Amino acid sequence: MAAKPKLHYFNGRGRMECIRWLLAAAGVEFEEKFIESPEDLEKLKKDGSLMFQQVPMVEIDGMKMVQTRAILNYIATKYNLYGKDMKERALIDMYVEGMADLYEMILLLPLCPPDQKDAKVALIKERTINRYFPVFEKVLKSHGQDYLVGNKLSKADVYLVELLYIVEELDPSLITSFPLLKALKTRISNLPTVKKFLQPGSQRKPPMDEKSLEKAKKIFNIK
Amino acid sequence: MESIRWLLASAGVEFEEEFIETREQYEKLQNDGYLLFGQVPLVEIDGMALTQTRAILSYLAAKYNLYGKDLKERVRIDMYVDGTLDLMMVMALAAFKPPEEKEENFALTVKKAKTRYFPVFEKILKDHGEDFLVGNKFSWADIQLLEAILMVEELNASVLCDFPLLKAFKTRISNIPTIKKFLQPGSQRKPAPDSHYIELVRHILQF
Repeated sequence: MAAKPKLHYFNGRGRMECIRWLLAAAGVEFEEKFIESPEDLEKLKKDGSLMFQQVPMVEIDGMKMVQTRAILNYIATKYNLYGKDMKERALIDMYVEGMADLYEMILLLPLCPPDQKDAKVALIKERTINRYFPVFEKVLKSHGQDYLVGNKLSKADVYLVELLYIVEELDPSLITSFPLLKALKTRISNLPTVKKFLQPGSQRKPPMDEKSLEKAKKIFNIK
Repeated sequence: MESIRWLLASAGVEFEEEFIETREQYEKLQNDGYLLFGQVPLVEIDGMALTQTRAILSYLAAKYNLYGKDLKERVRIDMYVDGTLDLMMVMALAAFKPPEEKEENFALTVKKAKTRYFPVFEKILKDHGEDFLVGNKFSWADIQLLEAILMVEELNASVLCDFPLLKAFKTRISNIPTIKKFLQPGSQRKPAPDSHYIELVRHILQF
């Protein structure tokens, strides 16, 4: 029997959270080894475990996988969450890349200098309701199906629902004019594997607070 | 768009280009509904209007058999390409920064190339002793790395001096007929951004 995938990251969302979501949605049990100090990260680097000296890193199927996208695509392929052919995969990739641009803006918000923060938040909200949410609302409207691509659960649905939760944490009113996105969020959240992941006690990580932000900055040597 | 041109050219695929030269042209593309997120690059291929650089590159790599023979080879190609693209991204964005920041970013690129990225690929080539990065077969990973090497060399011509296998790799891949053709004057390969280009892009994209 194959060993469980082992995730190496600090104990927080960061760039690993979307990987946790995808594994969880696929019903795959995984272990986590948390990086708690700069020394922990140094050790991983010195061991040669991190190809480009960076995390996330996932030990899976005998490989030490790095690069968030590479990891997500591997998991999506392995667990049939990547569409049925190349064209569906291109659509899934296109959607997820767009989502990732918005996700990245929100991810980096804690690192934004205080005097720029308000402007950044305003930009994120503007992009959410003018550029990103309308696209996915339209996709769902155009085919009337339960999932974004090919009438089947894929990496795109899981990533979008995670993003919807994150946006809700930022401002719950942003999703108001997007009924189909709301319905998708409910529907995906009710899938047994996702429902379990959304419950307290799961491996899902909470939003970052001041304390864990300071800790993460220390570990990754960010000023 | 340049990485997409490289991939198509290396695969021996002829392509047409429609250059956006005015703000009006850009807005027309947006209003006509071609740009899913309002952005370029856009590639019209196989009846699709594909946007998002990585989505386009992955599609092309799969279509033209440049993505390895199985999932394990594909993930290695993805890892190598993602690392290479991270390096190239610093450089690509640097071009649009004010002069001081630009120089800093260029210096950072060269440093990262020499300490973080090139050693990895030198070691990969050393460990298996093969001509290509993955599976003893030409793939997207080789094309992306060559493009990155040439870009960094524009910043610092001696950047490969400590990497003999990468030097040999560069020569070898550059001599592949489709790539050799693309590297010649008159091809669809684009030059490094100059101030005119930067101004034009700033004007069209309004930033």
